[in-house]
Amino acid sequence: MDVVLEAVGLAKSFGAVKAADDLSVRISSGQIVGIVGPNGSGKTTFLNLVTGYLSPARGQIYYLGKEITGLHPRQVTRLGVARSFQVPQLYTSLTVLENMLVALVIRSGRQGDCWRALRTRARLAEARRLLEKFGFGDESGQVVRTLPEGGRKLLDVALSFALGPRLLLLDEPTSGVSAAEKFRVMDTLIGVIRESGVTSVFVEHDMDVVQRYAERVLVFSEGRIIADDPPGALFADPIVRRYILGEE
Amino acid sequence: MRGAQVSRTLAGAAPWLAVLLALAILPRLLPDWLGFLLTVAFAKALVVLGVAVLLRSNLVSFGHGLYFAAGAYTVGFAAKWLHLREAVLLIFGAVVVSGALAALLGLFLARYRGIFFGMLTLAFSMILYSLLLRLYWLTGGTDGMVTAPPTILGVVPGAAAGRAHYYLTLVCLALALALTRRWLGSPLGYLASAIRDNEIRVEYMGASVRQGIYRTYLLSGVLGGLGGCLVAFSVGHIAPEFSYWTQSGDFVFVTVLGGYASVFAPVMGSVVFELVRNYAYALSPYTWQMSLGAILLLIVLFLPRGLWSLLAPRAPVSSPWTSSSRR
Ligand SMILES: Nc1ncnc2c1ncn2[C@@H]1O[C@H](COP(=O)(O)OP(=O)(O)OP(=O)(O)O)[C@@H](O)[C@H]1O
Ligand SMILES: [Mg+2]
Repeated sequence: MDVVLEAVGLAKSFGAVKAADDLSVRISSGQIVGIVGPNGSGKTTFLNLVTGYLSPARGQIYYLGKEITGLHPRQVTRLGVARSFQVPQLYTSLTVLENMLVALVIRSGRQGDCWRALRTRARLAEARRLLEKFGFGDESGQVVRTLPEGGRKLLDVALSFALGPRLLLLDEPTSGVSAAEKFRVMDTLIGVIRESGVTSVFVEHDMDVVQRYAERVLVFSEGRIIADDPPGALFADPIVRRYILGEE
Repeated sequence: MRGAQVSRTLAGAAPWLAVLLALAILPRLLPDWLGFLLTVAFAKALVVLGVAVLLRSNLVSFGHGLYFAAGAYTVGFAAKWLHLREAVLLIFGAVVVSGALAALLGLFLARYRGIFFGMLTLAFSMILYSLLLRLYWLTGGTDGMVTAPPTILGVVPGAAAGRAHYYLTLVCLALALALTRRWLGSPLGYLASAIRDNEIRVEYMGASVRQGIYRTYLLSGVLGGLGGCLVAFSVGHIAPEFSYWTQSGDFVFVTVLGGYASVFAPVMGSVVFELVRNYAYALSPYTWQMSLGAILLLIVLFLPRGLWSLLAPRAPVSSPWTSSSRR
């Protein structure tokens, strides 16, 4: 299978904190990978390194066999890597629909057009279709600022998905979503991801969620990957169990 | 389908055509001085619109006098050195000159935000001010330059010049408003709002924030130049003060006064500003700035979205500049 993402020996420190410590991983096309690990173990840092928000002190990153180390987030995104954020990053004074329209127009590379309307019939239809996939209906006209946290998380993911990526990186897509809603949200997300076949990596704190949706789990600790297994094998491992239970 | 669309467009345009018609017959009803005041207010409204467009990306230009002066001096120089007097050509020239200036300065300014952006725009406008002041042989220094009334499509307006300038300004304003409105409803217009809300997300969608700001700045500069050119036509005299920081401050003042919830808000702000200044000055020549200050204070306290919010109190928060609410 094609390797979509490969990180080799990534290192990044903040002062004395090693947020990435000789971190290497390969992710193949079509995989759905879960990342777990305690707070501060470097999960978000890993996504920041891959997307070029941070540049590693050492190590290389390859995307589809091409080195992308040191590229700017914009360039990485243009190559086909999209991400969502632990804290939703949205256009809060625009409506849900407008957020989606902006994503779509940027995807098509027409964001510099100052003459034609943003709201073309085709683009509106596409935006509504995508929003519907993610469970947005009547809220489409709502200004994002007024959306509940759960809705904002979902929109954040929907926007990155709308960019049509080859690799989708989701940072805690269900944080801020109520326990009761978690599985409904994940069912929606993973459903869309499976349907599109996009290679995905999601960071998640809730072990039940990881066990249910990931095909492969990376356990982070102090900037290292201490385990890399299918969820079944992983959660049978007594060390990991103790480690994870200890964390909870 | 198409017919329905056309008739809907016409229905949407009807109120604006009515307003335009009313403005067209207005000079016949008003005394000359008031017609002149409106002409100047409309011309300056273009500069204010330029400031407002930037404000939508959270960028405050404290130096839009630069474009105002650039447009005005284009008229002065073209008359003096090229013996050009045709309004259409002069307008074209002012647009090109201010556009070129914005294209150049924008390369630099598009990297900055907040107070740095504001101070740098101020610095550039003050550089132009001192150049206009110092290069006496070229600009006439503090005396400024007298600009003869232009011909309009070859016609010398003569005694009716005041009214001719009013209509010329009105037409330019209407065109600029229509274009700006269209711009704001375009992908680039929305990109500006997106940049104001979240630059990180814009970059993480694969778009360049700097480019978005650069192009917005370009529009804003051209609007400023157009305004300056039209003021030169109607006032007939230009001076380095056009680029002085107090002039730029006035433009920011009027932007806050009118609001920027609609492209029409700057027009409203500009007209009210000129009227208030006129009457405040007549009432108390020494303290008129104080009256203006008091008014701004009241606006900020009670109408934080400007005078325009009196007309459109429940404008949709999302993208109030465009017709997005109509769905
Ligand atoms: N920009 C930064 N500046 C300084 N320290 C940072 C920065 N980003 C991350 N860190 C530190 O690096 C370590 C790893 O942080 P990271 O955000 O990657 O953890 P995480 O696994 O995502 O944690 P969480 O579960 O809380 O989201 C933490 O100790 C954090 O404080
Ligand atoms: Mg994190």
